[in-house]
Amino acid sequence: MSNTITIDGQTIPFQEGQTIMDAALAAGVYIPHLCHNPEFTPHGSCKLCTVTVNGRNVASCTMPAVEGQQIANNTDELNAKRRALTQMLFVEGNHFCPFCEKSGNCNLQAVAYHLDMMSPHYNHFYPAREVDASHPDILLDRNRCILCELCVRASRDVDGKEVFGLSGRGIDCKLVVNSSSGDLVDTDLAATDKAASVCPTGAIIVKRHGFSVPIGQRIFDHKDISQVQLEAAQKERGHE
Amino acid sequence: MTFALETAEHPEKLKRVVIEPVSRVEGHGKVTLLLDENNRVHQARFHIVEFRGFEKFIQGRPYWEVPVMVQRLCGICPVSHHLAASKALDMIVGATLTPTAEKLRRLMHYGQILQSHALHFFHLASPDLLFGFGSDVATRNIVGVAAAFPEIAKKGVLLRKYGQEIIRMTAGKRVHGTGAIPGGVNKNLSLAERDTLLADIEQMIAWSRDAVELIKKVYSDRPDFHNGFGYYRSSFMSLVRGDGALDLYHGGLRARDEHGQTIFDHVDYSHYWDYIHEEVRPWSYMKFPFIRSRGREEGWYRVGPLARVNNCDFIPTPLAEAERIAFKEFGGGSATQATLAYHWTRMIEMLHAAESIRELLHDGDLQGDDLVSKGERQLRGVGVIEAPRGTLIHHYRIDENEQIVRANLIVSTTHNNHAMNEAVRQVALQYLDGKVLTEGLLNHIEVAIRAFDPCLSCATHALGKMPLEVELLDAEGAVIDQIAKNTSGQFCI
Repeated sequence: MSNTITIDGQTIPFQEGQTIMDAALAAGVYIPHLCHNPEFTPHGSCKLCTVTVNGRNVASCTMPAVEGQQIANNTDELNAKRRALTQMLFVEGNHFCPFCEKSGNCNLQAVAYHLDMMSPHYNHFYPAREVDASHPDILLDRNRCILCELCVRASRDVDGKEVFGLSGRGIDCKLVVNSSSGDLVDTDLAATDKAASVCPTGAIIVKRHGFSVPIGQRIFDHKDISQVQLEAAQKERGHE
Repeated sequence: MTFALETAEHPEKLKRVVIEPVSRVEGHGKVTLLLDENNRVHQARFHIVEFRGFEKFIQGRPYWEVPVMVQRLCGICPVSHHLAASKALDMIVGATLTPTAEKLRRLMHYGQILQSHALHFFHLASPDLLFGFGSDVATRNIVGVAAAFPEIAKKGVLLRKYGQEIIRMTAGKRVHGTGAIPGGVNKNLSLAERDTLLADIEQMIAWSRDAVELIKKVYSDRPDFHNGFGYYRSSFMSLVRGDGALDLYHGGLRARDEHGQTIFDHVDYSHYWDYIHEEVRPWSYMKFPFIRSRGREEGWYRVGPLARVNNCDFIPTPLAEAERIAFKEFGGGSATQATLAYHWTRMIEMLHAAESIRELLHDGDLQGDDLVSKGERQLRGVGVIEAPRGTLIHHYRIDENEQIVRANLIVSTTHNNHAMNEAVRQVALQYLDGKVLTEGLLNHIEVAIRAFDPCLSCATHALGKMPLEVELLDAEGAVIDQIAKNTSGQFCI
């Protein structure tokens, strides 16, 4: 077994146990994603990383790499679907990039730029969502939550606290916190927790730091998200 | 309360002439005139027809978002809102700004004054001033100016560009940047940026001097006409520095009446409501502020360049100070109450901004690293700045969770609401009363409004206080039911 897969005609090696996403990132091939973070167990919920494997659409972050897979990734058809998914995320919540402090450092915004999203396309839902500012150091703004569960995984798997969870079904699904009052202040979340810094959008932010990084020095000001995430993967491999 | 020509007794018997939209101003507004069969003017009103509501929808947002959020009020003077909000939040975070932070904010502000004043004078006002108020409407615009006076148009474009570059270097973007944060700024000015600006500053000062000379010449060629156009006397309000100097970034409030007598002076603006109240009138989305001690009838006033140049004891940069003296001495002080003198004083301020930028660029504090400070948390903050169009007040209250619970914005154009209407009424009487209306005559009304450089987008914040009346009519037009909401937001059948 040579342990290789093919992505858009490029032969890529993989190791046993790796997902298609793992192998792609290791080989310097970018597959757009939001709910995936290499530090955490794959989740497969945002579907942005959907690729076509031997003619079937699968989430690359959860699909194991298997010898001989013929994978389509960077195609017009898939990118159009990813763009539509991203547009739906924008209209489902209340994402106001012009005054959001995460602007320039936001994965959702950066993916939208990467996918050439020029407008939301769909009608905005403008849902009424709660802002929980009760915690002295951390703000939870559900308007910007995309239900990726990275905070859930970080709190559970890294912080060992299980502060966050999802509740409700479908369009009523929302991020909840583990306290009898339902308020963030009554949880044991701390600003130094991984869960407080892992949010890919501006839903969970450490208070009073907004806009302290000037325009021009933010993560995505000069680099596309593909470059940023591939460089991060490369750096991670260097540490291994 | 009524003012002459504000409300006609029998509007149903009059014909209605509408100027909509009022052109070459920021935002959307209209003028309505009610005339009788002899074209005598019975009512003249300047209405704001757009609606914003920022005071309401920032409630619940974290305070540090506010300077970036509220600047979206405007695409012309966002820096003013950005800085006024930041000043209010300096109070909330208990900060005393470091020298570097204050000077960088001042630099940003002078860049804003320069670009906004240049935009107004060259792009919006110069077609009237250079071609005449009743000239051919097809060429009475900036394209016409560029064709007939290319050198003047070029200076306007490049002066504005220079101001925008200062904003970009201090705030990150030419429009809607993020430079000021509660308690300071997020970047300094690099040496490379400073040198880029220094390379052109002498040219900007020279062109600003040319602009003062231009408006002075236009004005003094027909002094009686320019002095008398839409003329009335009023009080003026502005910030002044502790020593009485013109200060566009910080100071105490000074108000003087129509005879130059002081109403209040060096007032700590954090208690502005002891001195200024706002009134809602049923026909406009824009509120009507007035000086409390003088009451609703007598308390209206003007803000902006004319108010500031009249109110200050001196301008602390030499070239602009010389021009201030020349302005005050013109015709024995005859221009100091004139509506069109706004243009002249605006250019004096543009020159002051250019001189101030030069002074700051030579100050090493701009390259400092001590950018942010903080102190004891407060729940209330008021920030006041002299925006290009006049005194701008931002007032916020937060709760213990650091969310905005109340906001009040009194915007420059709002201060001038009554004054602009007064100018409209004066011009209507002077030029339109009893005449057959033409486009050129109607433009005289717009010229009076334009003198104030109003920003109507910024100025409409009467959310929840706007009186509304709904009528249900039958097929013949007879009223069969009605409901009304008064200025307290209460419904009355």
